[in-house]
Amino acid sequence: MKSQHVDGENREKIFLFALSTCGWCKKVRMLLENLGLEYDYIYVDLLEGAERDEAVEELRHCNPQLSFPTLVINDEKCIVGYNKSKIMEALE
Amino acid sequence: MSDSFSITDDEVDDYYEKLKKEAEAYGYHLNRDVEFTKDLLRSILINKGRYGYGACPCRLASGRREEDLDIICPCDYRDPDLSDYDACYCGLYVSGAILRGEKKLKSIPERRPSPEDRKKIKNAIKSEAGVISSLPLPVWRCKVCGYLCAREEPPEICPICKVGRERFERFI
Repeated sequence: MKSQHVDGENREKIFLFALSTCGWCKKVRMLLENLGLEYDYIYVDLLEGAERDEAVEELRHCNPQLSFPTLVINDEKCIVGYNKSKIMEALE
Repeated sequence: MSDSFSITDDEVDDYYEKLKKEAEAYGYHLNRDVEFTKDLLRSILINKGRYGYGACPCRLASGRREEDLDIICPCDYRDPDLSDYDACYCGLYVSGAILRGEKKLKSIPERRPSPEDRKKIKNAIKSEAGVISSLPLPVWRCKVCGYLCAREEPPEICPICKVGRERFERFI
């Protein structure tokens, strides 16, 4: 998938499904950046055709409702929405 | 997708002033966090440019208007979310309690059904069609604000929340 990489401290594998237009997605990104963590993100609304389908299928595995933001930690833990305490807890 | 829809600060400011006035006149409130709110409004304007309709900035639009009628801002889910969670899904509209600082705004669960469930609901509505009513006129309901009217066709624009005719459903 055509994701963007953000450098930082490498602790867990962090992947964020986001929309470029969404306020809560921005808040998750700001939180990760304030924590100084390394992560990858993808703006699904900026993808088209097969690329978008691929990202949506990937997201469906952990969040069938296909809502944003969805944060996936170490390919297994999935946090839907901007839930600061849950995110902090999972990244501790 | 290249994003050629750059929106100026003036456009966002104008939209904000207009929407705020409208919202307050009809008993709704925009989020008081002006920066957050203006970011959302800029995103709605971007979506208008991209898709031709102001799709919810916090949901993935399909690009097909007829599939996204329920998420054109104000979305069909705003009012139930205001009742249950004191805010719409994006946090653009908030309740009086949040406005007065009695409650805190937070990210809320998604109420819009999944794509599979939306299909099922659409088919169920189709099979319900044809229920015979003994009323002299059909009753139309605005799916955004709940306004009801008995007339041959729904109004061109909802007199309460100003959304278009396509957001009405046959209620009775």
